Amino acid sequence: MVIVEFLGPIGKRPLKLKVNTIKELKEELNKDESLKEWLKECAVAVNDKIVTSLDVTLKEGDKVVILPPVCGG
Amino acid sequence: MIEVFKGGIPVIPTLDRWYEEFKLQGYGAMIPFIGIVRPDNGIDGLSFDLYLPMLNKWFSKWKNLKDARIVMAHSFSDVKVGESSFLCAVFTTHRQEGFKYLEEFVEDFKANAPIWKYDIKNGKRIFASDRAKKLPGAGILS
Repeated sequence: MVIVEFLGPIGKRPLKLKVNTIKELKEELNKDESLKEWLKECAVAVNDKIVTSLDVTLKEGDKVVILPPVCGG
Repeated sequence: MIEVFKGGIPVIPTLDRWYEEFKLQGYGAMIPFIGIVRPDNGIDGLSFDLYLPMLNKWFSKWKNLKDARIVMAHSFSDVKVGESSFLCAVFTTHRQEGFKYLEEFVEDFKANAPIWKYDIKNGKRIFASDRAKKLPGAGILS
């Protein structure tokens, strides 16, 4: 299981998912209609490091965060 | 480490503390930047969510510069118009490199620091999507 947290304004509770790659995570999250608009804009980090490839593998206990566009200051 | 405050940052005490801490470490310039919440579009203030694990990670590349020291503070939760939500200071030997670092640092901060801003209007918290920037790899799950 990996833990998926939705940060900032997404306002969705964390999920525990059985997925082995970012590609599988993509397929799983796209089943949720309420997330589709967010996913177009969001970046993804695994264990707090941003990933940019769907081929990245996930292992038991990994923490994935979904990051909407940022605006500090 | 980034200093975080619930609500507006106590500007002068924080700057004073930073000045006292670094004034005898050979720097000839301390360049502060004080971000102030503007009364745009009738807002009562701004509100912020921070993701500290990645915020501190982002800041780590600015922590060990050979020729400068950068310190920063940011608010979480609600900050009223006229208060400060972002405060930083750059210490360098001379002012020229300090101004350069300040500009680079704030640009990087705006583009990459995992912070989310909301307008507070009529008691509601509205995500400031018009001012937000996508992070690298955004849209990968779409």
